[in-house]
Amino acid sequence: MDLNLNPNIDDPDGFYKELIDSQRRMNDTEAAMMNCKLVLILANHIGDREVIRSALRMAGGRL
Amino acid sequence: MLKTYTHPRFSYKQSPEQKAGEILRHKLVIIGAGPVGLAAALDAANQGLPCVILDDNDTVSMGSRAVCYAKRTLEVLDRLGVGERMAAKGVNWKLGKVFFKDALSYQFDLLPEADNKMPAMINLQQYYLEEYMVEAISRKQQVDLRWKHKITALEQKDGYVALTVETPDGVFTMEADWVLACDGANSSVRNMVGAQWAGQAFQDRFLIADVIMSAEYPPERWFWFDPPFHPNQSVLLHRQPDDVWRIDFQLGWDCDAAEEKKPESIIPRVRAMLGDDRPFELEWASVYQFACRRIDNFRYGRVIFAGDSAHQVSPFGARGANSGVQDTDNLMWKLKLVVDGDASEALIDSYHEERAFAADDNILNSTRSTDFITPKTPSSRLYRDAVLRLAHECPFARRLVNSGRLSMPTPYANSSLNTPDEEPFPGGVAPGTNAADAPVRVHDQDAWFLNQTGRGFTVLSFGPVPAEYVAFGRVQAKVLEVGKDIEDVSGHLAIRYGADPGTTYLIRPDQYIAARWKRFDKAKISRALARAMAS
Ligand SMILES: Cc1cc2nc3c(=O)[nH]c(=O)nc-3n(C[C@H](O)[C@H](O)[C@H](O)COP(=O)(O)OP(=O)(O)OC[C@H]3O[C@@H](n4cnc5c(N)ncnc54)[C@H](O)[C@@H]3O)c2cc1C
Repeated sequence: MDLNLNPNIDDPDGFYKELIDSQRRMNDTEAAMMNCKLVLILANHIGDREVIRSALRMAGGRL
Repeated sequence: MLKTYTHPRFSYKQSPEQKAGEILRHKLVIIGAGPVGLAAALDAANQGLPCVILDDNDTVSMGSRAVCYAKRTLEVLDRLGVGERMAAKGVNWKLGKVFFKDALSYQFDLLPEADNKMPAMINLQQYYLEEYMVEAISRKQQVDLRWKHKITALEQKDGYVALTVETPDGVFTMEADWVLACDGANSSVRNMVGAQWAGQAFQDRFLIADVIMSAEYPPERWFWFDPPFHPNQSVLLHRQPDDVWRIDFQLGWDCDAAEEKKPESIIPRVRAMLGDDRPFELEWASVYQFACRRIDNFRYGRVIFAGDSAHQVSPFGARGANSGVQDTDNLMWKLKLVVDGDASEALIDSYHEERAFAADDNILNSTRSTDFITPKTPSSRLYRDAVLRLAHECPFARRLVNSGRLSMPTPYANSSLNTPDEEPFPGGVAPGTNAADAPVRVHDQDAWFLNQTGRGFTVLSFGPVPAEYVAFGRVQAKVLEVGKDIEDVSGHLAIRYGADPGTTYLIRPDQYIAARWKRFDKAKISRALARAMAS
């Protein structure tokens, strides 16, 4: 499967708010830790190494 | 001076050749009597290859070195005659616990397969292993072990090697058809042949302490990340025989190594870790920086490298001595065939092919563990801590926690010595993999399968075979017929080898599988035998 970069989430504004809200009360350190956990949890959920590799490249600005 | 162990002092004797001022040509000279050189000498004797082994010292390993020996190594040592003694003296363990801060994060079980002669892992001080091997060597007439013999120069000649050796009686010259350099991580032989030695040293330091105490902790491996008694660093605890406990304290790169080595620095660390006032005594302590490095080629002409002189790993994973012993396991039968003229030197080159591959595997695993234990950047530290925090609740994160992936034999999956399967072979042991053990009966006595192999090539056949051996040239593979030569009373052998009636395996002298078939076919076995000898 290819990395999906097209819209795939219903209610994008709602999702974005939920994401931001989840860290509203956190300081930088706590938020950084949460982001790491989130990446790990989502990467495990995706599982497909090819998809994860493409996402890593995309996020790192190397696509 | 150690309190629980007295180092034997082996006596130096001037050799007749030095005394006579005579230059002798030896078939094989092994440099270094550490675990790897000693294993090589024992193996050479078993193969019927006479050798001289030289060591610049006159005793066994000093200080805190190898502790953990893995099953495959114990099987090799058993073939060399010291495995049972190791297993009897060592602390047998299978459970590893990883703690994060003050809570158990997860635990792993080495899950040893039942009905194997050797346990999954034992802990034993390195000096015992060396002492047992020196004793075994004293019973081998073909091994000439010489203490206080230091190699100071080496020259490759046409078809042999000239060695300059320094002893308390001065300097003399020896010649050798083959030289095996087992002179450790700081090998000077490596420089003498101009070999490259590349890799990386990790920017961290570890205090390795051996402590004597009586404690009722179970025989398990305990690893802490960031424990309250040693914040921000890791700690590893291992139980050894004689009430000696190995404790590794991570110190960080900025520590003052000289200060940390002092008892007044060490004792409070151990005291904090124990958390009570039980008595303990310090047996030995050193501060190490670890590194992973590999020689570019395991063979330089007639000089061959094995053990730490060929590859160095950080100790998380216990892959140093374990893989060094497996180097000699791979090499010695090949050397014997070449020395006897039964195989060409291409067989020696397959030693580099197979063992450099294994060394790369060990270095990869050891580097990954060290990168987890000593994260290189703030962001990798954050990911490491995130993994540890998730591990408690999320099974997936436990698999990411890396406190050392313990030594496993590397399969030579794509070795040029393997004959690939010609038809699908579900289960069993694939070519390039070490042979599985199983309980069997031989002459109506309980025995172990692996003990029936390892002296030359073996043909294992699960069906009647119209032959006692299969040959290529002068080399014979002895047939072991299940039901005739060995009884598979419990059925384990057939299961582990995925066997149907007629299934046949060709097993190398180092107990690795060279080839396998559904039926016994003498011509095919003979061709596979040739291939396993690089012919
Ligand atoms: C803290 C620590 C923990 C470890 N834990 C483990 C573990 O749990 N499991 C494991 O498998 N491994 C472990 N290791 C690694 C293990 O100790 C080494 O891999 C092992 O000792 C290598 O054996 P060797 O024979 O190749 O070299 P060495 O043991 O270094 O022996 C080399 C020998 O050569 C001799 N020599 C050197 N130069 C010359 C010369 N010019 N002439 C003559 N003789 C010479 C030396 O005196 C020495 O006797 C650990 C290491 C350390 C430091």
